[in-house]
Amino acid sequence: MNNMPLIAYLIVSSIMFFAGVYGFLSRRNMLTILMSLELMLNAADINFAAFNRFLYPGQLDGVFFTLFAIGVSAAETAVAIAIIINIYRNLKNIYVDEVNKMKF
Amino acid sequence: MAQQIIFYVLAVVIVVFSILSVTSRRILRAATYLLFVLLATAGLYMLMEYQFLFGVQISVYAGGIMVLYIFSILLTSHAGDKAKQVSWKRLLPAFMAALAGVLVCLHIVYHSVSKLVASLQVFKEPTMQDIGTALMGTGKGQYLLPFESISVLLLACIIGGIMIARKR
Repeated sequence: MNNMPLIAYLIVSSIMFFAGVYGFLSRRNMLTILMSLELMLNAADINFAAFNRFLYPGQLDGVFFTLFAIGVSAAETAVAIAIIINIYRNLKNIYVDEVNKMKF
Repeated sequence: MAQQIIFYVLAVVIVVFSILSVTSRRILRAATYLLFVLLATAGLYMLMEYQFLFGVQISVYAGGIMVLYIFSILLTSHAGDKAKQVSWKRLLPAFMAALAGVLVCLHIVYHSVSKLVASLQVFKEPTMQDIGTALMGTGKGQYLLPFESISVLLLACIIGGIMIARKR
């Protein structure tokens, strides 16, 4: 059975994670920052599932951690988008360098 | 052999589209590339023989969260908008941070993980009975408490989302 080793999954998820880090640090639109955050969370989920599959195949802990991480990420995305829509309604602007009315 | 080819296709899709998603200037294209990344991630779960995670990833992430993103993008900007061009001097610290991070991470992974037993063992796939019993049980390795906590969390997020985003 020629299967991919564990390290292949970890390399893919590392590249995905740091693409998300780059997007998070360099983007100006709030929604694209959130999308980069989704990339980071998905990379961590791949890591959980891969470690569970390769190192502890009899247990389901990694699978359940991934399930709950997906659920928490969905809830957090919904609240964050509600906040962003509220900001857009009041300030007509969702760029992080232009929303500075509360700066002292 | 077939599994290796499928893995390489999915890995290339993930790497290429995640980099495109964070560097594209049009927001809707970034969202579409992110959708492809999420679908390819679901494919990776299927390769690892976690069919339930495959289904959850597609239905929640690709089918729920991405639709939410596309709605909010269309609510807050024109569909064909381009983001402002950011000068490369401001992008450089972010790029150096991400590059340093990925090099450190790959170095650690290469030196630690290669020594482990690193091939897929034949295993008993988790059936729906296993997942259901583990999700509803209170013994060791069973997840009733996180299940109930996440339902409280979802309730709080629903109420919070409605309260924040309602029309005044």
